[in-house]
Amino acid sequence: MRVTVRLFARLRDLAGSGEVIREVPPGATAREVWNDLVLEWPGLREYEKTMSVAVNTEYARMTAEVHEGDEIAFMPPVSGG
Amino acid sequence: MATPAVAVTHEPLDLDALAALVGAQGDGAVVTFAGLVRDHNQGRRVQFLEYEAYEPLAVRALQLIVDEAKERWPSARVAAHHRIGRLEIGEASIVIAAVSAHRGDAFAACRYTIERVKQIVPIWKREHFDGGDVWLEGATADPEDAAAREKAYRIACA
Repeated sequence: MRVTVRLFARLRDLAGSGEVIREVPPGATAREVWNDLVLEWPGLREYEKTMSVAVNTEYARMTAEVHEGDEIAFMPPVSGG
Repeated sequence: MATPAVAVTHEPLDLDALAALVGAQGDGAVVTFAGLVRDHNQGRRVQFLEYEAYEPLAVRALQLIVDEAKERWPSARVAAHHRIGRLEIGEASIVIAAVSAHRGDAFAACRYTIERVKQIVPIWKREHFDGGDVWLEGATADPEDAAAREKAYRIACA
């Protein structure tokens, strides 16, 4: 199944794109989506412990199951204000 | 169109309009805050900042913060607008207005809001300085982190 991955700020720079479509197996979790990204862009690994994840524009956990057509966002530590 | 209590926008921010939005109901205190682009940071001379947001989630996070403030200080009402895109030195990146019957709650709700924005709103700034640029990174965003929320509350009530 296909999901849309959104990447922001430095994560976007590391991957060279802010939005990518990924093919993942049914039942996959956000963590599996992330691991798949890290294989392609190893530089992302440094954010393993500090990033946040959102599924369909709601904060989520890495254990969250994802579904066909979902939007999965990975975000580095925030710096608004 | 009515101004929403929370917003993420490319347009210049209007603190007076925000204060008017929350402060028109006979209360005794309004506290406003504007965060401005500073001309220096960590020993670097800043040229300008570039803000990026995950907009739909940023709006939800701002709404969550305003709701949290309401829960902590039931008599207070808070509005917060964050600007994104390229901002020059001295321009406002965020404006917050908090109104309440009495000043204590208004000050606390305003301070709480900016502290929480820095914790959980998915917005990032890239600092362009003399000689380069860098993404600034602060807190790992987790709205369910009770310790972070308590920290913001303690700062607000200090």
